[in-house]
Amino acid sequence: MAEFEPVLMARIGKPDATSLASYQADGGYDGLKKALSMAPAEVTDIVKASGLRGRGGAGFPCGLKWTFLPKDHPGPIYLCVNADESEPGTFNNRVIMEGDPHQIIEGIAIACRAIKAQTAYIYLRYEFGKSYRVLQNAIDECYAANLLGKNILGTDFCLDVYLHRGAGAYICGEETGLIESLEGKRAWPRIKPPFPAIEGLFRKPTIVNNIETLACVTHIVRRGVDWFRSMGVPPDPNNPRDPGSFGPKLYCISGHVNKPGCYELPLGVTARQLIEEQGGGVWKGRKVKAVVPGGISMGFLSADELDTPLDFSGPGKAGCLGLGTAAVVVIDDHTSMVDVLFNCCRFMAHESCGQCTPCREGTDWMRKILERIRSGFGKSKDLDLLMEVAGSMGIIPGTTICGLSDGAAWPVKNAIKKFRGEFEEYIAKGMKSELPVLVDAH
Amino acid sequence: MGALSEEIRERIRAEFPKYPNKRAVTLNALHIVQDAQRQVSIEAMREIAELLELHPAEVHDTMSFYGFFRDEKAPLGKKRVWVCRSISCMLRGGEELLADVCHDLGVKPGETTADGEVTLEFAECLGVCEGAPCVLVNDECYPNMTAESTRELIKKP
Ligand SMILES: Cc1cc2nc3c(=O)[nH]c(=O)nc-3n(C[C@H](O)[C@H](O)[C@H](O)COP(=O)(O)O)c2cc1C
Ligand code: SF4
Repeated sequence: MAEFEPVLMARIGKPDATSLASYQADGGYDGLKKALSMAPAEVTDIVKASGLRGRGGAGFPCGLKWTFLPKDHPGPIYLCVNADESEPGTFNNRVIMEGDPHQIIEGIAIACRAIKAQTAYIYLRYEFGKSYRVLQNAIDECYAANLLGKNILGTDFCLDVYLHRGAGAYICGEETGLIESLEGKRAWPRIKPPFPAIEGLFRKPTIVNNIETLACVTHIVRRGVDWFRSMGVPPDPNNPRDPGSFGPKLYCISGHVNKPGCYELPLGVTARQLIEEQGGGVWKGRKVKAVVPGGISMGFLSADELDTPLDFSGPGKAGCLGLGTAAVVVIDDHTSMVDVLFNCCRFMAHESCGQCTPCREGTDWMRKILERIRSGFGKSKDLDLLMEVAGSMGIIPGTTICGLSDGAAWPVKNAIKKFRGEFEEYIAKGMKSELPVLVDAH
Repeated sequence: MGALSEEIRERIRAEFPKYPNKRAVTLNALHIVQDAQRQVSIEAMREIAELLELHPAEVHDTMSFYGFFRDEKAPLGKKRVWVCRSISCMLRGGEELLADVCHDLGVKPGETTADGEVTLEFAECLGVCEGAPCVLVNDECYPNMTAESTRELIKKP
């Protein structure tokens, strides 16, 4: 493989990197010009051929999703840009929005050209105030330069892009929760089908894509399919359903490492490489106990699973839910897995939207059981009870509307399977957490 | 009478052209009102509903779903300070920081200081995990915080 050269983060930190002038000096909006010279379906074909998979967590092939829109639809089609980024440990969307916003707006414009959308909404979590101001400024610059608005660059392509701020709820990142929230309602995810491509925002055909996915679109159109496919992991020949994991990826690394940060690497680096080479090793000279591979919803890798490649299929082979957001959280050997799991369960109990009973009740029961364990009153049958509750909630067993529930179950399943001895000892000795915890869930 | 000034109404109306219907402006309107008034009173909620041509219960339904908005029973202080307690922050002292800030301000999460200056909140993941533990003041995030640096930050005008 050729020497890896960062692309998504290449301009971040350069002087004036967020301005339109500096972006254009580096070839910015050449991708859009190229897309405008092609038919919409040709743009979709390029993205499809690149093998780009969604970076928001589910890894669905991007070009394929675009083809699910009804053909020759007369009415409006919408693009919803998912910038709700709330999965614990994840911050790569924020890094590129704040550092190089025009590559995202260019990706949005190219995507809208491909899917024939004339309106795009960026659903941005409220807490990202800086991203809001940087993006709004970039959008204003684009309108002034006829890169957005009516008859863009003298063509018949028209596009409006609006920023829409959320109000502090994780569930707004789930694509149909996002749509409901954008419509001004509570963010209760919808039952699927119909999928958004058929009936989405304002009941019209809609595509939802993540910020990083759309940034990749910019570079695919500019640099070509071969460039994108020159890095990553090809499809597994033994698995006909594996589309492979191509392209660069923004890995977030946080927790107990010396150099937490966002690093761009080809898909498929191992957790160990990431911790040792980018993360500067575990802090305080300690050892790894567990690693979250892609946001807490994905569960945990144990210390002997660190050679797992972080491509779309690697974490799954190690029993995790998937690659998720590629947010790697490192947990050192001085940390109690009871504290870690309690933290995950408390998050999910707080963020469940409450619509499905197994999720609303299950997340809260798991939190309460862990609260009991961490207070020194755990019972030996609690671990089996946790496994039973975790096994009964989610899209996988078919009892809930959205995947939050699977993401709530997975850390519990992984922790109890991979660290059972530690939990048993904690309960048997009646150990107590040393962490001050002021409020459980509310 | 008249919880919403003409200026606020104008700002809400300015959002209408972005969406095909007025209901989609609900969150925008709630933000505009809460930013200015530090709460969304029942009266303000009714007036938002009128502007958006909705039933007040529809606005209330949305408003109450997002723990973000406060009614007149618990208005916000001038500054809203959030301390993150999710995993990356917890691993690097977030829970201890939250306890320290509570102690310093003499309030529990969710409460406002007696002088009405600061409302303290716990946050779930703020998305600044490379700077754990982090603190959000209104909508600006500050990385790598300690009890001392948070104290200074809160004092800053
Ligand atoms: C509970 C939950 C939270 C999610 N949060 C986000 C998020 O914050 N950002 C995001 O892009 N996708 C999130 N997703 C995934 C979206 O539903 C959707 O798959 C994604 O935005 C599609 O974009 P992509 O194909 O470009 O990845 C979440 C999913 C679930 C179930
Ligand atoms: S699974 Fe949970 S978060 Fe998702 S819709 Fe059901 S209750 Fe809401």
